[in-house]
Amino acid sequence: MALSLRTLDDGAWVSAADERRTGASELWHVTGVCECPIAEFVVEGVTDVAVDGRTVAAETYGRCITCGRSTTTAPIPVGRVIDGRYEPIDRDAIRRPVGSSASA
Amino acid sequence: MPTDVERWKSETYGNEIREHLLEFAEQGWESIPEDERDAWFERFKWWGLYHQRAGQESYFMMRIGTPNGVLEPGQLHVIAEIADEYARGPVENPEFGAAYCDWTTRQSIQLHWIRLEDVPEIFERLEANGLSTQQACGDSWRNIVGCPVAGKDRHEFVDALPVAMDLHEAFKGTDEYANLPRKWKVSVTGCREGCGQGDINDLAFEPAEKDGRRGFNVRVGGGLARNEPRLARDIDVFVEPDAVEAVAGGLSALFREYGDREDRYAARSKFLVDEWGADEVRRVLQEEFVDRELEPAGDDLREEYTYNAGRVGTDDRPAGGHNDHIGVHEQADGAYYVGLNVLVGRMGVGDVHELADLAAEYGSGEVRLTQRQNVLVTDVPESALDALLAEPLLEDYSPDPNPFMRGSIACTGTEFCSLSIVETKNRQVRYARWLAENVDLPADVEEFHVHLSGCTASCAQPQIADVSLRGMKTRKDGEPVEALDIGLGGGLGADPRFAEWVGQRVPADEVPGAIATLIDRFRERREDGEGFRAFIERTEAEGDLETLIEPSETSYEDPYMHNTKTTWYPYADEDGMDASPAPARADGTPLSDADR
Repeated sequence: MALSLRTLDDGAWVSAADERRTGASELWHVTGVCECPIAEFVVEGVTDVAVDGRTVAAETYGRCITCGRSTTTAPIPVGRVIDGRYEPIDRDAIRRPVGSSASA
Repeated sequence: MPTDVERWKSETYGNEIREHLLEFAEQGWESIPEDERDAWFERFKWWGLYHQRAGQESYFMMRIGTPNGVLEPGQLHVIAEIADEYARGPVENPEFGAAYCDWTTRQSIQLHWIRLEDVPEIFERLEANGLSTQQACGDSWRNIVGCPVAGKDRHEFVDALPVAMDLHEAFKGTDEYANLPRKWKVSVTGCREGCGQGDINDLAFEPAEKDGRRGFNVRVGGGLARNEPRLARDIDVFVEPDAVEAVAGGLSALFREYGDREDRYAARSKFLVDEWGADEVRRVLQEEFVDRELEPAGDDLREEYTYNAGRVGTDDRPAGGHNDHIGVHEQADGAYYVGLNVLVGRMGVGDVHELADLAAEYGSGEVRLTQRQNVLVTDVPESALDALLAEPLLEDYSPDPNPFMRGSIACTGTEFCSLSIVETKNRQVRYARWLAENVDLPADVEEFHVHLSGCTASCAQPQIADVSLRGMKTRKDGEPVEALDIGLGGGLGADPRFAEWVGQRVPADEVPGAIATLIDRFRERREDGEGFRAFIERTEAEGDLETLIEPSETSYEDPYMHNTKTTWYPYADEDGMDASPAPARADGTPLSDADR
């Protein structure tokens, strides 16, 4: 089953199946976006979203609140497609950018 | 490949959205097919409706465009009545009550908690009174801004009001310009102060003279958003008033044809001007979009600009120059306008009714909105001034406010906006009150601008303030809390500059302490009569800018330190998402899951 994925409202949202599911301004735990072992990353905007296998990942820009580095990221997982449905990743999960060799 | 938004726009956009909107309104919120909501919410923006954030489903923000900020006699009463009747949410705002009007930085009006079912009646009442939501949001010509006393200013160089109104008439609702790659913000200024803030607009007409003829020079590609602020660039074109429409149409057509439709982040005109340069914009405009021969720019008045420029004292200001429009000012016709300070641009509906009454009783009934979120009562005879100034309403909306109250601007914030990272309006109210009570500016500093924006979209125009505040998060005592970045020394005027960001991720409850330290150091270190902005520029040149602020806790208390974005409404007693009554029926009763 096809699942529509898009960004909306100037990058405020990742919409999956026409439902706003993951929003900007959230705080994510991410590896590999700065020198911090695990960045506390404020998502200031979502610039793109796509599915790779079962993983739905969003390109974002934002900042690590620990070290202060501002950056535009490689796609960061935000959800998974399971049986054709979108399941968001837990808010507190540690995320690794898709294609990144960085480790937690 | 075009974006989804471009695909939706190619299917249905512009005026034709209206009939669909009215059908959905007739049948109720649930009639919008779930798999079409993204598309319809995007399209509804063209008619001024913006769906509120998570936890507030089925409620909309409604924006009403008032060209050049002019509310004709009687229109403010209509706005107050509509807000009173239709803009009441499930929970009151603790500072502003159940229903209120927001005056925006683009001289527009925003109402919140609007129900789709009420839209037809609201449209009918607005339009019967010469008001409209058309193109207030969406990818098209937005509300045209300008000097809020255009046509009345004693020092005006050229009357820009008919020009702004002509552009409004020409480009609102015209299919040829309905669907642009992104929003198109236009400013027309005829005054000597630079009140139109043309520098931060996609298209700016600014006063100029050529061979004894008065008209406008043209700038293109300004804007603040997304950490990419740009000042509009001079394209070396002079136009007389009767040629403005042709050149404006040509430039928006150029943007329509060449703006980026593949990537919405690169779709603003500032990026096109970055890529092409001003000379190429002029060349293509001439060759492809206008029939008349473009004249080189005339002599502008930018050296005289004072608006939001940080100049202090009359010695430092050309005669009649303003940083804002607060206070009592004589008009060209001998009557007066009275600029009232509206803290963070929000008024409860009772006060809006009262303001409309006062405007009718003491003035012509006209009210104007400024880009600093304030209101002006115009056409007051000198004989009526004392009585107007003695009205109780003016105690809360003072024409002679404390500088911190006078200079406060705040965007919508997490109360309703999806992009915002922090709570803004109620926080800025508390900041301004605390600063007014606890911090003394030097006696000759009557104006001090603090702009609070919840995110990088820059709706509060943070980069052009004395103190710029922008939403962020940090960790304090082990807990994630709302925080702000602090910038210093931004402003427009003859030599516009964007703020220098000097404080990163300052916990929101330590920001007033940082500003108090800043003002202390300004008092201690300033040279004779030196304005704040000049002081910042000198301190920056000496390499000491970051020593000016020292965040610290004070007697200031901040009730919004938790993550307000994860609430359904930050001021509700039960604020968790699970407690949200949304979506709701037209009468406000929540829709159960079974009904959705």
